[in-house]
Amino acid sequence: MTKSLVAQAIADIPDPEVPVVTIEDLGILRHLAVDEARRHVVVEITPTYSGCPAMGAIERSIEHEAAAAGFSCEVRVRLSPAWTTDWMSERGRERLREFGIAPPAVRAAGLAEGGPVALTLQRRLVACPQCGSTDTEEVARFGSTSCKALRRCRACLEPFDEFKAI
Amino acid sequence: MAPVSRAVDSLAAQYILGLGDDALVYAQRLGEWISHGPQIEEDMALANVGLDLLGQARALLGRVGELDGTGRSEDDLAYFRDEREFRNVHLVEQERSGFGFEMARLLWFATYQRELYAALRASTDEVLAGVAGKALKEVDYHRDHATQWVLRLGDGTQESHARMQEALAAVQPYVAELFEDDAASAAAADSGLGVLPSSLRPATTAWVRGVVDQATLAWPEESRWRARGGRDGVHSRPMGYLLAEMQHIARSHPGATW
Repeated sequence: MTKSLVAQAIADIPDPEVPVVTIEDLGILRHLAVDEARRHVVVEITPTYSGCPAMGAIERSIEHEAAAAGFSCEVRVRLSPAWTTDWMSERGRERLREFGIAPPAVRAAGLAEGGPVALTLQRRLVACPQCGSTDTEEVARFGSTSCKALRRCRACLEPFDEFKAI
Repeated sequence: MAPVSRAVDSLAAQYILGLGDDALVYAQRLGEWISHGPQIEEDMALANVGLDLLGQARALLGRVGELDGTGRSEDDLAYFRDEREFRNVHLVEQERSGFGFEMARLLWFATYQRELYAALRASTDEVLAGVAGKALKEVDYHRDHATQWVLRLGDGTQESHARMQEALAAVQPYVAELFEDDAASAAAADSGLGVLPSSLRPATTAWVRGVVDQATLAWPEESRWRARGGRDGVHSRPMGYLLAEMQHIARSHPGATW
């Protein structure tokens, strides 16, 4: 197996929770270095949320892929800079939509810097991943996982998950 | 990644232990809401808030084990310390009661944490700054969640208004402790690693006051007594029961993994 193949195998590891996107698509994979001579890879990943329970499974998948290619590996978890949905690739966003999850609707850069937010229910336009209508409403700010909110489409009446911009 | 300093600094460890224990103990309380929320969406919301806090606690306690020179892991610290060694404030250890109480508690705690983490992004400790930068985005959502509920309940029916008002009063005696300075936080603020809790009070109070006003609620009167002692390991009655539930499996089966 060549250097690029082991790197590709690791980059292509699916997210355990949303298997249509890879850890590279999500921006979880931050750094990947292959030392061909020592048959060793160093991988840096970052959690989407501090308590993300998928991190352990992702680490084990990386170790598995490296071992399958005949490489030893070191997985490092880094917190800084903090993960943002802005790192999600266009391909990742499109795959989420096809899977039925609305991709993060707004760019998150600077959200936390903006100071006090007015105490109003926010009105953002989020398109339904099923029918495309923007006539949708938020059902719950916290959905099936930390990274998702639950919405409902008023046009086709389907409930759907939205990946929250952070 | 730059190498992380392993020099022993017990005062810094004590400071971070307080932050980590606040997050850990409140995560445990919030987890109790699963299957007890007023609706299933709320079970999920509070579980997710608790999960964020648990993640923050893991990173903070891991750092404590490095700084205090003992090399203890996050699990050692969570499961094998006794009540007097926990440094969390009394607010987070109080028993789960009504939903209004939980929203009042979460509003104060998430608003406090938001100010705390915003300041700690500039910490001289690389790990602490990293945790803060990440956690800030999470607690932003927690504060927003509590804010929306307090608005809805306060400015809702007569019944919900009255119960939200009672809940604010019930939480009031536990608020001041969040903002009390002690030797560990003073040293942490001096070195640039941490921030003085008292410096977070004006911005925290301003946010909560804005929510209370808009929710048509009255600002609760200062209570005649207030909780204190958590940072010195002196806790209230519910703490022992909480620890018994949180720790008993790890203590019954030492070294077990799953």
